[in-house]
Amino acid sequence: MITRGFKNIRPRGDPSRVPPGQYLTQDFPVLSAGPTPRTSLDAWSFALRDVDGNKLASWSWKEFLALPSSTVTVDIHCVTKWSKLDTPWKGVTIDALLEAAGLDAPAPYVMAFCDGGYTTNLPLEDLLDGRGMVAYEYDGAPIEPEHGGPARLFVPHLYFWKSAKWVRGLAFMEENEPGFWETRGYHLRGDPWKEERYSGD
Amino acid sequence: MMGEDVSRLDGNAAAGVLQEIFAVEMTTASCKCEGCGRVSPLGALNLYGGAMGTVLRCPRCETLMLCITSGPKGHYIELRGIVRV
Amino acid sequence: MKTIRLAVPDWRRHLPGQHVDVRLTAEDGYQAQRSYSIASPPEEDNIALTVERLEDGEVSSYLTGELRKGDRIELRGPLGGYFTWTVEQGGPLALVAGGSGIVPLMAMLRHRAAQASRIPTRLLCSWRTADDVIYRDELARLAARGDGLVVTHTLTRSEPTGWRGYTRRIDREMLVEVLAGPDARPLAYICGPTPMVESTATLLVSLGHAPERILTERFGPTGGGS
Repeated sequence: MITRGFKNIRPRGDPSRVPPGQYLTQDFPVLSAGPTPRTSLDAWSFALRDVDGNKLASWSWKEFLALPSSTVTVDIHCVTKWSKLDTPWKGVTIDALLEAAGLDAPAPYVMAFCDGGYTTNLPLEDLLDGRGMVAYEYDGAPIEPEHGGPARLFVPHLYFWKSAKWVRGLAFMEENEPGFWETRGYHLRGDPWKEERYSGD
Repeated sequence: MMGEDVSRLDGNAAAGVLQEIFAVEMTTASCKCEGCGRVSPLGALNLYGGAMGTVLRCPRCETLMLCITSGPKGHYIELRGIVRV
Repeated sequence: MKTIRLAVPDWRRHLPGQHVDVRLTAEDGYQAQRSYSIASPPEEDNIALTVERLEDGEVSSYLTGELRKGDRIELRGPLGGYFTWTVEQGGPLALVAGGSGIVPLMAMLRHRAAQASRIPTRLLCSWRTADDVIYRDELARLAARGDGLVVTHTLTRSEPTGWRGYTRRIDREMLVEVLAGPDARPLAYICGPTPMVESTATLLVSLGHAPERILTERFGPTGGGS
């Protein structure tokens, strides 16, 4: 039923930049599967774990900030249909992390794990060659807690639920096991250009 | 406590989704958390998930108690703890 | 804030405190949905929604600005059996509202009046300024009936000259002064912005009120719609 006089003020935008089914937004909606964790920087660490759960490498906040950083300005797309263009982020690429840890490709898949228990799975390939980073700044300032600060995974070529907030590490996996939302009906990969929103899409 | 989430809603706001899926009134359901044992009415549980899904957690320890997502092929429904309707 | 009245065919009589989900669909298929508490009591045939127009609110802007007499909108409800009260449940009642959280409590008070109930009821409303107060005259009329309802307002940001009421956020002292104490075992209903609802509920528990007699409905950060 069309509602008389109700207009969609959110434009669909340029289809070469905005994937199918998405609308452009100027604001930055907040969405979480649980309460906002408040981890102090003293207590924060980021770890890489092997397939058996053993720590391969870890960094304290100070050590993390000392790693080579990258800045990117990219578009982001949330499965709930909003897209935001030209968002500026700064962080450490997964390439730089692996290099710092002296690792090659320990396994084909990773599970990002986070404060609060959130998880999301990805093929390692989707994180390499600059496609993924652990971001700690948005628009020139530290990422706010409600947006995932102090650090979140950032994988803009996939739906934004893969850019796990409050990330604390990556656990390598031999199989592509589903994370929080993937277990509950969302697509294993989540490519916005193929509209991979739900499992079976 | 995990800190103040000023935009947090509760089970009342999930009444519409719950009505669609369950035949009975659910916000009055008595839910026992499998994490801390606290018994709360479903309407008093902490609601998260926004447009991605309905996630209800224990107001005391935030253990996940209910999760519903809805896609074109149907609903995923997860109920944890003991629920008396 | 604007009150709109809707005639709903085959409406299932609602309980005071329940809400409806309103869904708007644009021509391109885009949909927006929000929940609104029903302001009217079940004794009335049509339902009333009191909607706060939010600055970036696409649904509230439509309902308070564009919607015209004769229009049809999609709604689902009545919803929510938890945050409800009818005279059959008795009292006394301790009602606490922050901003637009007054709406579901208003349905309860209107129902109470329609049933000519004398159940002792204390209502405490928190507003930012005097300009934000809604239902002011109706609340004064209901309180003047002398049927056991006492209404108290507090303004948290600024007050007009001559204001003799509270001028601060709800705190422990205010709750002790305004509401019935735990010995009276009141049924407490708290509704409004999330921080206010959570802190008030915590305060009531610390004052000795039984947690199972404290019911809450959180409206989110701004306290309006959802």
